[in-house]
Amino acid sequence: MKTQPHAFARRALAATAAATVAIVISGCSAGGGGSAPAEYEAPDSDLEASITYGVWDQNQVPAIEENIALFNEQFPNIDVTVNVTPYAEYWTKLQTQGSSDTLPDVFWMNGPNIGLYGSNGLLEPIAGAVEAGDIDPANYPEALVDLYTIDDVQYGVPKDFDTIGIWANRALFEQAGVELPEGDWTWDEFQQTAADISEALSAEGIYGAAGGMDGQTTYYNTIFQAGGTVIDGDTSGYAAPEAQAGIQFWTDLIASGGSPTIQQLTDTTGDQWFTSGKTAMYWGGSWFRSALIDSDLDVTVLPLPTGEEQATVIHGVSNVVSATSQNKQAAQAFQVFLASEEAQAQQGEAGAVIPAFTGTQGAFTESMPDADLQVFLDALEYAQPLPVSNNSAAWNAFEAELLPQAFSGERPVEEVTTELAEQMDAALAEE
Amino acid sequence: MTTVSRPTAVPAPSTPDGAGPAGPPAHTPRRRPSLRGDGAWPWLFVTPLVAGVAVFYLWPILQTAGYSLTESGPFGGSTFAGIENYLALFADPRLYLSLANTLLYTGIVLLGIPLAVVLASLLNLPGLRFASLYRVLFFLPYVAMPTAVAMVWRVIFNGDFGLLNFLLGTVGIEGPYWISTPGAAVVAVAIVGLWSSLGFSMIVLAAGLKNIPPELYEAAELDGASRWRQFRAITVPLLTPSIFFVTIITVISSFQLFDLLYAILGSSNPVLPRSMSLVYFFYREGFVDNDKGYAAAIAMVVFLIIGLVTAVQFRLQRRWVHGD
Repeated sequence: MKTQPHAFARRALAATAAATVAIVISGCSAGGGGSAPAEYEAPDSDLEASITYGVWDQNQVPAIEENIALFNEQFPNIDVTVNVTPYAEYWTKLQTQGSSDTLPDVFWMNGPNIGLYGSNGLLEPIAGAVEAGDIDPANYPEALVDLYTIDDVQYGVPKDFDTIGIWANRALFEQAGVELPEGDWTWDEFQQTAADISEALSAEGIYGAAGGMDGQTTYYNTIFQAGGTVIDGDTSGYAAPEAQAGIQFWTDLIASGGSPTIQQLTDTTGDQWFTSGKTAMYWGGSWFRSALIDSDLDVTVLPLPTGEEQATVIHGVSNVVSATSQNKQAAQAFQVFLASEEAQAQQGEAGAVIPAFTGTQGAFTESMPDADLQVFLDALEYAQPLPVSNNSAAWNAFEAELLPQAFSGERPVEEVTTELAEQMDAALAEE
Repeated sequence: MTTVSRPTAVPAPSTPDGAGPAGPPAHTPRRRPSLRGDGAWPWLFVTPLVAGVAVFYLWPILQTAGYSLTESGPFGGSTFAGIENYLALFADPRLYLSLANTLLYTGIVLLGIPLAVVLASLLNLPGLRFASLYRVLFFLPYVAMPTAVAMVWRVIFNGDFGLLNFLLGTVGIEGPYWISTPGAAVVAVAIVGLWSSLGFSMIVLAAGLKNIPPELYEAAELDGASRWRQFRAITVPLLTPSIFFVTIITVISSFQLFDLLYAILGSSNPVLPRSMSLVYFFYREGFVDNDKGYAAAIAMVVFLIIGLVTAVQFRLQRRWVHGD
């Protein structure tokens, strides 16, 4: 009879363990759909806390330090530590932190990853701060607010934004004897200009433009301009003829000699071709400014050419709060502060990025007076958000694998995009 | 070794009945050194190492084996899936593609071992000037950071502006786009792998050379053997234990190819899916596609392949490695 209490204890232990596992598992899956009622209360100014802020761009740290100094005037006892992780490791690290409930209290989030973190319940919705009137989504570009809204719940407050334009090297246009285009232009005019420059300067190994290996700066734009979509609800947009036209654009550019080949672009990336003065035009984001600010190149910015319609991709980083933060009140106070007009104006003054808060962008355009940076702001009117899903990385890998075969002419565009659409649909169905 | 019991190399003549384990322990006090006699001390001394190995090597292996039987989400929360991951993996053409690429890489890197034997012997020639300088030069790539090495080689391999194609051009050969041509990419990475492992092999082999008694060469000299004959008849056979060790290490590290490939080819390289190694395949599934269970299954397969290949090598060594 002596064994009985033992057996009982063991069984009780097992039951407890099973229950714990069940709770953990249900906790994980419950985070998916519904949003818990947002708890938010602006803290008193004497709140004492210590929070971490995870970011990936060392260039922006000076502006962030300024932000924190201003924040501490309001909340002197909240200590903010900035953790910089280079972009290449940022997401791997964040995923490990997410698995072990050790996410930074406040951290940067981008479009391709918001679905993953938002739908798995790792982020705190901003609904509370919005209800309290401390954050007004109307102050930020609508496309970005949509980007950070997953299943009707908004998780991130836009911190900055970027759109795509064509960086142009004036000196190479002059050397080739090709007129620098003014105002809006069409796909055909762009292709012609690129081919003309390549032909005129072929002896020097200089090309008119550089083809794309990257959706955000190149083929997503042309797909939108052709009236297509990359992702339409739960399915891929690549099977549609509009998307194929957007891909064909880049195949044509390479075929006409207007751009280096895919192999050349793999060895030396498009931005390197441009910064070494070997291509006259480069489709690039507004962030490319910082790579050019200290160079000797005489550059300006042209709007993207118009296909069936005018379009550009907009993307931006947002600040999010971890759902498991130990100091959530302080973290949310910091998130609210970073979303404020004064904080974003500070970011704009530093010049590294275009702040998201409407009306704080003036400093950016003045940071490079010779180049027409206004193009990036004007693009807001026709900007479409970067296409993302809950696990964007999975189908981004298919794009990177298949599309170069279409660009290089190795396989017909239609065949490649059809295969891509099938693979992408399968990946989306798994999400 | 304990000094008290003083074991002798020559086995003491033992009584036939006391030798077997069946012998009654009480009547035959054995003189064999026993751990029991020293109490807990030996265990205390090995504990830090054993604990380290257990916590950082054995436990993760067991955990990975466990994960490979689950279907898991990006942030944990896994469900048991049995051998489903393995079934899917063995039906996945990418497994065989990445295995073939890894074997090609390993094969090319192994070519560096004969080269290292020759170079190490040359460096060991008596009266060679600047021998230590050469040794340092050959060893430097081994201690350099793979990523830094990769950056430099990326530039060298550049199809339009690279040094390699420039040199080939001077002799009238038009070099390929090394890192962006399917086929050529793995070879390019393997060339770098060979180059950077050469130094390690040479250092190990040089140490082996020092162990060969000089009298053998003197005797051979008297018998009129040429340098080449001496190399073949003395150096190579007596070096086989070192060559064996270097081969094992090279094969294991080649099967773990990841950083060089990733850094030289670049993550946006269109030929990467056709040039990936086993470990890159694992990385892609686990950290890009967020399929941790599937990635764990790949890791287990790589683990087993390396174990198998190493076991086979140990088997075969009896045929060609000269014992002491």
